[in-house]
Amino acid sequence: MNSPAAIVASDLRKNFNSFEAVKGINFQIRRGECFGFLGPNGAGKTSTMRMIYCFSPLSGGFLSVLGMEVTREARQIKARLGVVSQEDNLDPDLTVRQNLSLYATYFDIPRAEAKRRADELLGFLSLQEKKDQKIDKLSGGMKRRLMIARALINKPEVLILDEPTTGLDPQARHLIWDKLRALKASGVTMVLTTHYMEEAQRLCDRLVIMDHGRILTEGSPSELVKKYVGREVLEIRAPRSVLLPIKARLEEKHYENELMRETLYVLLQHQDANILEEFPEIQGLDFHLRPASLEDVFLKLAGRELKE
Amino acid sequence: MFTHRLFKVWRRDFLVWQKYFAVSLVANFAEPFLYLIAMGYGLGRFVPSIDGMSYAQFIAPAILITTVMNSASFETTFSSYTRMEVQKTFSGIATTPVSMAEVVGGEVLWAATKAVMTSCVIFLVLAFFHLIHSPWVALMPLVMGATGFLFASLGMLMTSLARSYDHFTYYFTLFISPMFLFSGTFFPLENLPGWAKTLAYFLPLTYAVKVARHLFAGSFTLEDGLTLAGMFVVAILLGLVAVRRLVKRLIV
Repeated sequence: MNSPAAIVASDLRKNFNSFEAVKGINFQIRRGECFGFLGPNGAGKTSTMRMIYCFSPLSGGFLSVLGMEVTREARQIKARLGVVSQEDNLDPDLTVRQNLSLYATYFDIPRAEAKRRADELLGFLSLQEKKDQKIDKLSGGMKRRLMIARALINKPEVLILDEPTTGLDPQARHLIWDKLRALKASGVTMVLTTHYMEEAQRLCDRLVIMDHGRILTEGSPSELVKKYVGREVLEIRAPRSVLLPIKARLEEKHYENELMRETLYVLLQHQDANILEEFPEIQGLDFHLRPASLEDVFLKLAGRELKE
Repeated sequence: MFTHRLFKVWRRDFLVWQKYFAVSLVANFAEPFLYLIAMGYGLGRFVPSIDGMSYAQFIAPAILITTVMNSASFETTFSSYTRMEVQKTFSGIATTPVSMAEVVGGEVLWAATKAVMTSCVIFLVLAFFHLIHSPWVALMPLVMGATGFLFASLGMLMTSLARSYDHFTYYFTLFISPMFLFSGTFFPLENLPGWAKTLAYFLPLTYAVKVARHLFAGSFTLEDGLTLAGMFVVAILLGLVAVRRLVKRLIV
């Protein structure tokens, strides 16, 4: 049962009629790590998550969670998993505390123990004051925290987080990040999907970037930044007619760059401030030199064009 | 396919119902009361006795059975659909060791139980009007259970087909309401022209009303027993089809 990998997928596929949402992906998630799935909408992240938490049947390939095959031992896997799905599906007919204590009974947790855990989790996610409220009285951030509390009620070994902070304000987001880091420190394996590169950078040990149902790359956030972008990015904003000749000159000197609408992005492998001396014409323009980030990797691989 | 977890879903619905319990009892008390006064005693004055029964005696078992039908039908259509599509409660529960089949099955079972429990208050109304005479009436919960289960399953089948609430409006107007009127509830089937009588024998409520009326009149035949058993079998089959369809629809 104690295989080194928490989750193993090989040639994993998901089709919806003729649409291929996941096109044969491979990955291994280690125990105790936080593993991220990044990608634009429609990349296949949520389909992958739903197969991991034994909700969607596989269309092909192999997937095991905690050493068990999802196609054979769904119930046993679900008993050891915590799921924060993308949409809030809290029970609006119940209070905050009942949402936890009743959910515990679905895992066959005895009632007294269920109540004890519910109170403990309300404390952990700072929801004690709301415990007797109905769900529709909660803010978006509180609902997400309650979703996380509910996912922890069975002391899961693996926590699935499908966009845990989408739509939340910065304070709510930071609170959730702190709690997730505490969980990770306690040894919980986490699988996360997100649109926020900052979130991935802060939480994930390793991640994959997906698009059109395929994995484009895999690595730690810093590895990926180094590999695909470098150290810094120079952004220059000007009309295209001004940018085009600069772009041509940059290419002559083998500077990696990308022109998107009215902005030219120059990817700098080294801390290279002399680019401004080398190209004095930039200095008169609206430019901005900043450290490279995961967002640059993402946009480079998934493309800067709108996906929808 | 089904384990004890089915009853966890049942218990969830029961807990929620407890909160609105008082409100639903008032409705279940008031409606048959009004029907009995208006039809049994108001309209009944102009109705000669039917098979030796006063009109109030004739419709009393039917009122009980139709209340069960309505309650069970409402629960697995409007209420279950809301929990499934709007509140997403079904998928929330199905990420635990409880399977989607158990969620749907638990809902059907709950709807049947609730229909029987809430309709039991009608016995008080009937007793108040001195309409209970036979000890066979003690078997009524069985008829009510079969009716509740059957219409809960049928309602869930409608939910498996529904894409919006409008669907249920059709179901209630075109199926439940005619059944309410033409299943030998308010007048004997013998009064209907031949073709309508044949049609009435395709309505499941006809059978439930017939057995209920026998119990109230003080008899229970082998045929009644077989009818009841048949209703349970049909309920189970319809329920299984509904579960299958919904699992296929929700688990993608």
